[in-house]
Amino acid sequence: MVLTAMLPRLLTPGSARRSASVTARNITALKPAYWLVMLGGFLEPVLYLFSIGVGVGALIGDITLPGGQVVDYAVFVAPAMLAASAMSGALSETTFNFFGKMKYWRLYEGVLATPVRPVEIAMGELTWAMMRGNVYSAAFLAIMVAMGLTTPLRALAAFPATILVGFAFGALGMAVSTTLRGWQDFDVINVGQFALFLFSGTFVPATAYPVVLRWLVEVTPLYRAVDLIRGVTTGTAGAGQAVDVVYLLALLAAGLAITGRRMERQLCR
Amino acid sequence: MTSLIHARGLVKRFDGFTAVAGIDVDVQAGEAFGFLGPNGAGKSSTMRMIGCVSPPTEGTLEILGLDPRRDGPAIRARLGVCPQTDNLDPELTVRENLTTYARFFGIPRRTARARADELLEFVQLTERADARVEPLSGGMKRRVTIARALVNEPDIVLLDEPTTGLDPQARHLVWERLFRLKKQGVTLVLTTHYMDEAEQLCDRLVVMDGGRIAAEGSPRDLIERYSTREVVELRFATEDQSAYADKLDGIAERVEVLPDRVLLYTDDGDAALAEAQGRALAPASALVRRSSLEDVFLHLTGRTLVD
Repeated sequence: MVLTAMLPRLLTPGSARRSASVTARNITALKPAYWLVMLGGFLEPVLYLFSIGVGVGALIGDITLPGGQVVDYAVFVAPAMLAASAMSGALSETTFNFFGKMKYWRLYEGVLATPVRPVEIAMGELTWAMMRGNVYSAAFLAIMVAMGLTTPLRALAAFPATILVGFAFGALGMAVSTTLRGWQDFDVINVGQFALFLFSGTFVPATAYPVVLRWLVEVTPLYRAVDLIRGVTTGTAGAGQAVDVVYLLALLAAGLAITGRRMERQLCR
Repeated sequence: MTSLIHARGLVKRFDGFTAVAGIDVDVQAGEAFGFLGPNGAGKSSTMRMIGCVSPPTEGTLEILGLDPRRDGPAIRARLGVCPQTDNLDPELTVRENLTTYARFFGIPRRTARARADELLEFVQLTERADARVEPLSGGMKRRVTIARALVNEPDIVLLDEPTTGLDPQARHLVWERLFRLKKQGVTLVLTTHYMDEAEQLCDRLVVMDGGRIAAEGSPRDLIERYSTREVVELRFATEDQSAYADKLDGIAERVEVLPDRVLLYTDDGDAALAEAQGRALAPASALVRRSSLEDVFLHLTGRTLVD
């Protein structure tokens, strides 16, 4: 929790306004072609939901949740797709785009010549990534309600949870981006992201794995995100979900602090 | 009067490499001050420290009476920075580049827009206001970058090699605009390795070499101190110009032999040339010219190529 304690010290009066100006830059840069990119990001989890949740789900039938409730397989998979979409929405903005702006366009060198500080750039970019991720999440939740995979009230409660998930992954993505050497490293991120997507209790409960593997799965961030959102959309949230929230908040704080520090070291030499 | 920029024993080291090796600088309000030097002399490192994006390793640095280590954001709010390589936002139009930049300073939207229009007029880019930045020529991008540096009405404008890579027309336009700024009382701090640029713009300058200050003064002072009033350039129709060095002995204050010509540093070029011709030395070509800052620069920093 050292990092969580450090964060307030990095923020000064005016930080919020300055971060907002970085977010505003991205809104200004928003061009019509961007909607196409967004459509792709939105469709991906929807396609998974239909092919695996509904399609494969027809073969599997019902599944038992850790709490003992028996639900339809699609009900089990849908929140995982939602969490994964919040993750990928946040990551696409904070890895590829963030890296491009920092190292390729040298955009932040210009920004840092103004009163805006590195950590404020990080927060501004994160907020922007969230705006994009939130659109995905809201649309996906609407689909879940329409398909009867959750209730409207639970969907409403799940929305802030997806925001937290997005923030945490966005901060993680930026921190990772500051360590990348070149575009080739994105392959590593893609593989990592896909592995998380497959093995985070998304399609199969973590309890299905041998103990050691299960333990490994349960410390990954996407597992925590899936566990949190699934708890909310299936109405089974309990103490485990409190752990998830703390975990994701810590990830957010650490990611931001590390990003701010590393940007400062790289750009303000 | 207190100086806007005050540095004493300023040092910048990167992993054991010393870029700036202890310099003393004072820049007064309203002055146009230049850092001259070959590549690697430490000019850009000094500019980055003054721009509060690079913490000094050692020494005292005060900008606008504030300490960059503590008051970075407050100082940067009053600086305008035009970096060596343009880092305009390729996703924005020319005008959006200025208005967005203004937002980083907390300038209200309406003011930002008015100021952007004014500045585009100033750098003669009004017609390109709604164009993307990418297809613009190097000279136009430079002018946008200069306009962007002025969007917060800075007390000090830092220009790192403002005209490097520009064609003559673009260079003269930039000089003319910078000269206007100077007239308006804006303090300019620039780096350059163009001697004509330094002579055109700077009231006072320092010549840097190997991270140190080799000389300081006005362009005129420096020429008087480190060169002679005039220079005679002689080219002899022979492979080895140095064969003539002895024969020219005593004609000028200093004789410098280059691979392709011999330079005579003297206060009276015509007399020196007449004397050379009197010694029955017949150069293939002879040119008498006034000494320039370039002579000072080469004298102080050497003719060896530094990369």
